[in-house]
Amino acid sequence: MASFHKTNGLTDAVFHYCPGCTHGIVHRLVAECLEELGILGKTVGIAPVGCAVMAYDYFNCDMIEAPHGRAPAVATGAKRANPDNIVFTYQGDGDLAAIGTAETVHAATRGENITIIFINNAIYGMTGGQMAPTTLPGQVTQTTPYGRDVTRAGYPIRMCEMLSTLDGVAYAERVTVTDVPNVRNAKKAIKKAFTAQIEKKGFSIVEVLSSCPTNWGLEPVEALKWLKENMIPYYPLGCYKDATEKGVF
Amino acid sequence: MAEKYLMKGNEAIAEAAIRNGCIHFFGYPITPQTEVSAYMSKVLPKIGGTFLQAESEIAAINMVLGAASCGVRAMTSSSSPGISLKSEGVSYIAGSDLPCVILNVMRGGPGLGGIQPSQADYWQATKALGHGDFQLLVFAPATVQEIVNLIGTAFDLAEKYRMPALILADGMLGQMMEPVEFPEITPKPAEKPYATTGTQGKRKPNIINSLYLQPDELERTVRERFARYDIIKQNEVRCEEYLTDDAEIILVAYGATARVVRSAVEDARACGIKAGLIRPITLWPFPEEAIRNAAARVDHMITVEMSMGQMVDDVRLYANGQCDVHFFGHTGGIVPTPAEVLDQIKKYAGGAE
Repeated sequence: MASFHKTNGLTDAVFHYCPGCTHGIVHRLVAECLEELGILGKTVGIAPVGCAVMAYDYFNCDMIEAPHGRAPAVATGAKRANPDNIVFTYQGDGDLAAIGTAETVHAATRGENITIIFINNAIYGMTGGQMAPTTLPGQVTQTTPYGRDVTRAGYPIRMCEMLSTLDGVAYAERVTVTDVPNVRNAKKAIKKAFTAQIEKKGFSIVEVLSSCPTNWGLEPVEALKWLKENMIPYYPLGCYKDATEKGVF
Repeated sequence: MAEKYLMKGNEAIAEAAIRNGCIHFFGYPITPQTEVSAYMSKVLPKIGGTFLQAESEIAAINMVLGAASCGVRAMTSSSSPGISLKSEGVSYIAGSDLPCVILNVMRGGPGLGGIQPSQADYWQATKALGHGDFQLLVFAPATVQEIVNLIGTAFDLAEKYRMPALILADGMLGQMMEPVEFPEITPKPAEKPYATTGTQGKRKPNIINSLYLQPDELERTVRERFARYDIIKQNEVRCEEYLTDDAEIILVAYGATARVVRSAVEDARACGIKAGLIRPITLWPFPEEAIRNAAARVDHMITVEMSMGQMVDDVRLYANGQCDVHFFGHTGGIVPTPAEVLDQIKKYAGGAE
């Protein structure tokens, strides 16, 4: 009979995340992949600024806490210093697609052999629910109190689509964790991204559509429903680029 | 005896850094320091190092943060406007207790300012190269040879005290060619048990971090850092005194400007005025004692800088009212001449108010 064990990829620290937040699921998936691939001992993770800032207390591997948006640059320095290490960043939408857009795009186009786990929940969580670069048109946030007006605030960014145009990107896939099949699929994508790095294929990113019940003002189950009905149509799930057979160079 | 080379300051810096075991360089082009990157890009790929032209100064300093976290000697270089961009990363590096070396080949400011030599980043370098309570080791070489000699010191002390070191040069030093020797050295990087190189399943994870949400924990960490700064102030001050023993008027200048002032001091002596020069080599820690002692012996001190007067604040602070402290200088690109400085010396040595 199969039994449940907590992955060794996570420490025993108690998550600070809000009830119903999907960070917990994604943390576990990443940690399980690191453990199952046998790379925990040579992995260096880069924590962002935002809700996941304290990821350095949760992942059971060496961790660096980066300035806001700079995780891909920090990861670049780490990977270039010790190319045998496995290096990943774990970043939210504000970190990756607003203040850190340049670092993200250029790490990708350099084909930097790192893996990015991108949490897209369409809002700034840590600061209390402001508009994110991925906030949907019409979505109400603290700084879009009348709904995101695209004539004033512009349109959301679709990162996987944008990054998939770059030659340095080996793998870009968008997944979600709203239900069991999607959780399993997300884990498959995360494992594939790390495998691409192990095999030195180039830059890999997995975007995970995630929920923020607290700042969306919804019950956890309602939040997942909102995600499915509103985010997935704007951010279609799927693989946007797969050059993991040949690699990017 | 070591071989002599005729080299540009910027190239000599790069060569010296490599010889001191720094084979990871992250930069972004900006005048007047671009030759550092160009030299690194030529040499590093051939010796198994990393030269990376980053997308911005911000990215470059954060690459240094990543590389330094992983235990290697890492460096970036820039010039004034680019250093402003790096200040975020410098603060994080200081807050994470990581060693690295940063080069600022100063140009005129503020804003785009100019591309000619300047010393207008003294305040930035010594008081606030980023947010928060912290200091950098700041070295101010005056010759290309001194740059070469100080690079190794900068790396060694940055590692010893786990903090960033800044080489504060100016466009004149970066661009001038001088004969240099590279001393025979075997770099001895410090042990770095904190480095994030993977646990290999043999130890607890290492965490590089500057976040302390508990105020008492933050204060404890900052106080620990400042206790280290006190040790540095006691042990690492470097300064050169020239003809100060019998001096009746003392000038204070650093970097390339100090060479002009040295000529003026000699000219003053030829006119019968007993002038002397204090040349800080470390701007932080500042040679407080040398200034204090000199101020007790003379009536006038003159600080000469390529700025509107920045270091003069520190000279006044440590002179502490014991003598009059005057300032003379020009802004970026207008190098003070020995004749101008001599006029200043005559003005105050003659007893004029």
